[in-house]
Amino acid sequence: MSSILESFADALRQAMEKSQPLYIRGGGSKYFYGNPLAEKTIPLDVTGYQGIVDYEPSELAITARAGTSLQELENILAQQGQMLAFEPPHFGKPATLGGSIASGLSGPRRAYAGAVRDFILGVRLLDGQGREMSFGGRVMKNVAGYDVSRLMAGSMGTLGILLEASLKVLPRPEMERTLCFATTMERALEWMRSYATRPLPVSATCFSDGRLYVRLSGMEAAVVAAQKQMGGDVEENGETFWESIRHHTHTFFHGRPILWRLSVKPTTAHLPLPGEQLIEWGGALRWFAPAEAVAANEVRRLATAAGGHATLFYGDRDGILVFQPLSPVLLRIHQRLKQQFDPAGILNPYRMYPEF
Amino acid sequence: MQRCELIRQLLAILPPDSVLYETEDLRPYECDALSVYRQLPLAVVLPCTEAEIIEILQLCHRERVPVVARGAGTGLSGGALPHAQGILLSLARLNQINEIDPLACQARVQPGVRNLAISQAASSYGLYYAPDPSSQIACTIGGNVAENSGGVHCLKYGLTVHNILKLRVLTIEGDVIEVGAEAYDSPGYDLLALLTGSEGMLGITTEITVRLLPKPESAQLVMATFSDLAKAGEAVANVIQSGIIPAGMELMDNLTIGAVEDFIQAGYDRQAAAILLCESDGMAAEVTTEIEKIEHILRASGAIKVEIAQDEAQRQLFWAGRKAAFPAAGRISPDYYCMDGTIPRKHLARVLSQIERLSAEFNLRCMNVFHAGDGNLHPLILYDANESGELHKAETFGARILEICIAAGGTITGEHGVGMEKLDQMCLQFSDAERELFLAIKAAFDPQALLNPGKAIPSLHRCAELGAMHVHHGQTSFPELPRF
Ligand SMILES: Cc1cc2nc3c(=O)[nH]c(=O)nc-3n(C[C@H](O)[C@H](O)[C@H](O)COP(=O)(O)OP(=O)(O)OC[C@H]3O[C@@H](n4cnc5c(N)ncnc54)[C@H](O)[C@@H]3O)c2cc1C
Repeated sequence: MSSILESFADALRQAMEKSQPLYIRGGGSKYFYGNPLAEKTIPLDVTGYQGIVDYEPSELAITARAGTSLQELENILAQQGQMLAFEPPHFGKPATLGGSIASGLSGPRRAYAGAVRDFILGVRLLDGQGREMSFGGRVMKNVAGYDVSRLMAGSMGTLGILLEASLKVLPRPEMERTLCFATTMERALEWMRSYATRPLPVSATCFSDGRLYVRLSGMEAAVVAAQKQMGGDVEENGETFWESIRHHTHTFFHGRPILWRLSVKPTTAHLPLPGEQLIEWGGALRWFAPAEAVAANEVRRLATAAGGHATLFYGDRDGILVFQPLSPVLLRIHQRLKQQFDPAGILNPYRMYPEF
Repeated sequence: MQRCELIRQLLAILPPDSVLYETEDLRPYECDALSVYRQLPLAVVLPCTEAEIIEILQLCHRERVPVVARGAGTGLSGGALPHAQGILLSLARLNQINEIDPLACQARVQPGVRNLAISQAASSYGLYYAPDPSSQIACTIGGNVAENSGGVHCLKYGLTVHNILKLRVLTIEGDVIEVGAEAYDSPGYDLLALLTGSEGMLGITTEITVRLLPKPESAQLVMATFSDLAKAGEAVANVIQSGIIPAGMELMDNLTIGAVEDFIQAGYDRQAAAILLCESDGMAAEVTTEIEKIEHILRASGAIKVEIAQDEAQRQLFWAGRKAAFPAAGRISPDYYCMDGTIPRKHLARVLSQIERLSAEFNLRCMNVFHAGDGNLHPLILYDANESGELHKAETFGARILEICIAAGGTITGEHGVGMEKLDQMCLQFSDAERELFLAIKAAFDPQALLNPGKAIPSLHRCAELGAMHVHHGQTSFPELPRF
């Protein structure tokens, strides 16, 4: 592994000398996500740096190299009755741990258990100058120094090559059961909020095509008691259903030329957008597939008014930025941070914002 | 700028009762809860609005005057220690809860609001704010964000960073930034995470949107008594290994038990080597089942006695003992020094016995009371500052404990922050390149280093000197770590 590490550092140093932009490439499952790469960018494959470094179930923590297959990692956890509670979307077999952290995406359990950033305990990375560094650790609490580890989540590979990460893991719930209700979008939104304000073991919610799905997770006693309070029909294929939402294999996501992701305040009412919507996270996440041409500005205006932002998740960009633009002061801070981590600006330039 | 000119300009921004400059008025602000470090600032300002703070920052930025923020001053690492050439900016008067949105399970609060006040205000909606530091009646939410504070229940419910959604922050230039959102994520880098735990070094927080949780239907507490501290440590691992995440899991050693019993008679067994408190919360039916499982595991792990609190009063009493541990230490010793290292749980027994040996070596008593579920140790070193040399001995003992924590794969601070106190240990935990990056992050927000200068991140020079000193005495603690 140390020779692979050396080769990464070499590649970085050479790229720096030649001002050669690099694309840090994991499994490629999330290649679609982000702004198009700068011209003449060459890929740097980082999948070779893989393997579990340390896993002790009683510590509730796993440390693995960034190139480790997400599937393999989750299988190993499952053997010990544990899981990554943020349910990272795979979007394909080759998905790696590093790509999952860099893209910062989390699945159905996010609103109830936390996002990928919430489970990061520590990272090891190479900065843009090829310097190896470690932040955070393998322990549950650590406030020594700034929280560079969590900063890596969602940084889209613009701050460094992620080498290794330690993540908090959780026991799999003793029981999971999915309830299903036929209802309108308005009612579904109301119910999602009502559940959130009550001490119920809800671990995922989704509204799609006239149906509200609610997953309960926990001890059998809790799941049964909650089901009694809530009613609804039991969805027999609950597990398959949530997998399809998590990995976007559900029919809602089939054959969509354009998909918007609106992250909004959970109490936001039904958003009047021309097309179909699928709602998750207790109302806080709205997937929107336009039925007709819709102005990006209009989508972003609605999302902003709802306390959030809109991402052009995939589809023909036609000059539209994938991520919602930042305020000038925030952009300045982003540029300065980027400059410190990657002074030559060689790591995934443009991927996040055209300014860096 | 001359001190009197600075005061004159501050008085032009603020009403007279918001600027303190007489020595006797400055005294209450000369230290935080780590009172071995004391320093008077040039002036203390007590603004009431964000607009006033903006003007104060613009003035300080223009005139290159250091600014140290202060919440309630309960910090345990000297984070709010004033700067001799700077002003102390108290956020205590920004103490309004701006909005509680029960349907969204969110509250928007000013930084000077006390931690417990949020839960009290949310209570009528059946909601609460989960992180519960023992200092929660006094400490402010602004201070919690700056330290990423934890509490007894953070094993299950997370630290401050997991329970806040959005911050309004002023840069040293007086610009407003908003990081995070009322939604669950926001575009760009996760500056919300970066700012949490940044010890007032990157910006001044003026508003916090916190996440509220529904109050659990039921909570139950088990108290397990052990005749062997190592067994208690193993019991902690066994509970977690079984797939249970208790709402809280706290351990106390024999010295703590005695001190607490003298103080509030919580009903702990004085003969015990250790007491483990383990709480379950959730739906009533779930709690009953979980408590049965916990009880079984604790017995199987060698507990000599396992008691379930009979009623709410007894549950509160068992907790009261744990919560009174710090004041109890204050009763059996003139002074105590609280450490905050975190280690992987599996090393609990070994590290505790190493601490015991050090206690004998330094001839200073040490109480152990800590967040066992997280592996977050709080050794309380008992000493008497009036005995010459004892403070120094206590500090050396503490430093050795932190070195043990690093060697065990842990960290020098789990929740109290680096502040002024642990600058030297930062040199041990991080390499030059890592500390350089920290300094660079600081510079990205605050290029002139005016916000809380000298805290949290040691200068490269300091670490180089420290490295030289260690070698000079021929007793380098970590020869394998690169120093220069
Ligand atoms: C008896 C006792 C028990 C404790 N128990 C716990 C515990 O269980 N868990 C735990 O984590 N901690 C605990 N602490 C430590 C302390 O209470 C926490 O660190 C707390 O968060 C500090 O809050 P404060 O308002 O007192 O902040 P202060 O001590 O006033 O300041 C702390 C730091 O925050 C900065 N700061 C304050 N407000 C702002 C702001 N608005 N913007 C930017 N920076 C700011 C200051 O500059 C300083 O660096 C305990 C302390 C005591 C004395």
